[in-house]
Amino acid sequence: MVNRMELLDLIKRDATLTPKEIAVMMGNTEAEISAEIEALTDEHIILGKTTQINWEKTEKESVVAMIEIKLTPMRNQGYNHIANILCKYEKVTSCYLASGDYDLIIMYEDKNLHAVASFVSDKVAPLEGVLSTKTHFILKKYKIDGIVFEGDEEDRRQTIIL
Amino acid sequence: MEYNDKISTVVQNVPPSAIRRFFDLASEMKDVISLSIGEPDFVTPWSIREAGINSLVDGYTHYSPNAGYIESRRAICSYINKRYGIEYNPTNEVLITVGGSEGLDLAARALINPGDEVIIVEPCFVAYKATVMFAHGVPVVCETKPENDFKLQPEELEAVITEKTKYIILGYPSNPTGAVMTKDDLKKIVDVLVKHPDIIVISDELYAELNYVEDQPSSLIQFPEIRDRVVMINGFSKSFAMTGWRLGYVIGPKELVAPMTKIHQYCIMSSPSTAQLAIIEAAYNGEEDVKMMRDEYNHRRRVIIDGLKNAGLDCFTPSGAFYAFPCIKGLGLTSEEFCEKFLMSKSVAIVPGNAFGACGEGYVRISYAASMKDIKTAMERLAEFVAELKEGKIK
Repeated sequence: MVNRMELLDLIKRDATLTPKEIAVMMGNTEAEISAEIEALTDEHIILGKTTQINWEKTEKESVVAMIEIKLTPMRNQGYNHIANILCKYEKVTSCYLASGDYDLIIMYEDKNLHAVASFVSDKVAPLEGVLSTKTHFILKKYKIDGIVFEGDEEDRRQTIIL
Repeated sequence: MEYNDKISTVVQNVPPSAIRRFFDLASEMKDVISLSIGEPDFVTPWSIREAGINSLVDGYTHYSPNAGYIESRRAICSYINKRYGIEYNPTNEVLITVGGSEGLDLAARALINPGDEVIIVEPCFVAYKATVMFAHGVPVVCETKPENDFKLQPEELEAVITEKTKYIILGYPSNPTGAVMTKDDLKKIVDVLVKHPDIIVISDELYAELNYVEDQPSSLIQFPEIRDRVVMINGFSKSFAMTGWRLGYVIGPKELVAPMTKIHQYCIMSSPSTAQLAIIEAAYNGEEDVKMMRDEYNHRRRVIIDGLKNAGLDCFTPSGAFYAFPCIKGLGLTSEEFCEKFLMSKSVAIVPGNAFGACGEGYVRISYAASMKDIKTAMERLAEFVAELKEGKIK
């Protein structure tokens, strides 16, 4: 019997673990782990695997913005219609429905400030139901998805402690 | 000056560590993967560190009462009640100490008259024997065996009890073996103790939270038939990754805690105030952090057991703390030779078992308080090393 939450916690932290490695860590067989991962994928609980990259250390030029969007909900569809449209843009990396002054929050990544501004004015603002937007440019990333970007991992322990 | 004439003979008679040479060697080597560390690799959870910082900001930079701040003692009693269902009075049944080690020293000095015997269950933490000797006591070693998963057996205990026995020190979950005594195992020991109503029990349960076989850890304080003579030594170092804060406690009947408090008040005055205030957060709100660390250790434990099997070393399945204690007999080397050659040829440090008592000879202690990456690399190197030994490639 595989502990589903334990398995999910493990692969959430390290997607590179193989079923064989996970099997040892959890005390299951490799076949059990593979079957469970397949089931979780079929049930759309596991949606995909990505790698967290600090692009600032590469030559890639990019700008990330958090855009808040205030909407009039559409009849029968609420906010889903606009959210679904926004999700179709590849450069929209995340999209959330939120409480507070604004209804949707999206994360948008493009090559420069001008490109972000064009997206907001040409693509988002004209959508039917969009009342207003507020754009925050991300200046520095400290932590994403549990990963600290410039962490201090030095082991300060002595070599032998009895 | 002839210094030897000046140094107490009791201090001189306590032998230096059995592995002093290896210790020096390992400490000097660079770029070593260390599976030889008896403390968590985690840094103290942030909320606990923050509580310590806030205590400084708020000006708690003074001595506390001798036994510790009453709020900290209440937090400890509340934690013990929640974990074990036993109530202690925070005003006179708990003393906050400088780590668990001070508790061992206090127990020895509060209880021992010269010549009293103290039963030490080996292999065990190195301070047990020394603290007894410093207090003019006579350590009587009771050796546990791998075929019993290094759990103390009632007949083994019975065999070493004499009319001079003052107390017994039990340390489970065990450093160095990783053995755990479950409630059923403890009951058998309690049955022996019931027949010897004058023997005090010092139960070192520093690793209690790191128990991978019982949902709720068992403790000797849970047996009403001996509760009036059990002193639990515990602390936050191992469970909450707080080793450097130096904070522990002793908890037990007031008649036994009072003399320990008397020694503490003259020798230590009071435990560090910053640490005392930080553990309030740990005791009330640390459960999730402890669970996270315990789950991580458990994953590593299974990887270690698998790695030892792949290397062809016999090892009973450790159920607690963060140690495995595999057998290296049959490879033609002593524990110390094995560890030294492994260190020199593969740059991995582990600890010779004889550091924890003579019966640890033929074993090595491997700590899994290390990153998974280091553990996996070290286990690969161990398998290579054992294979090379068997092929005679390492002299």
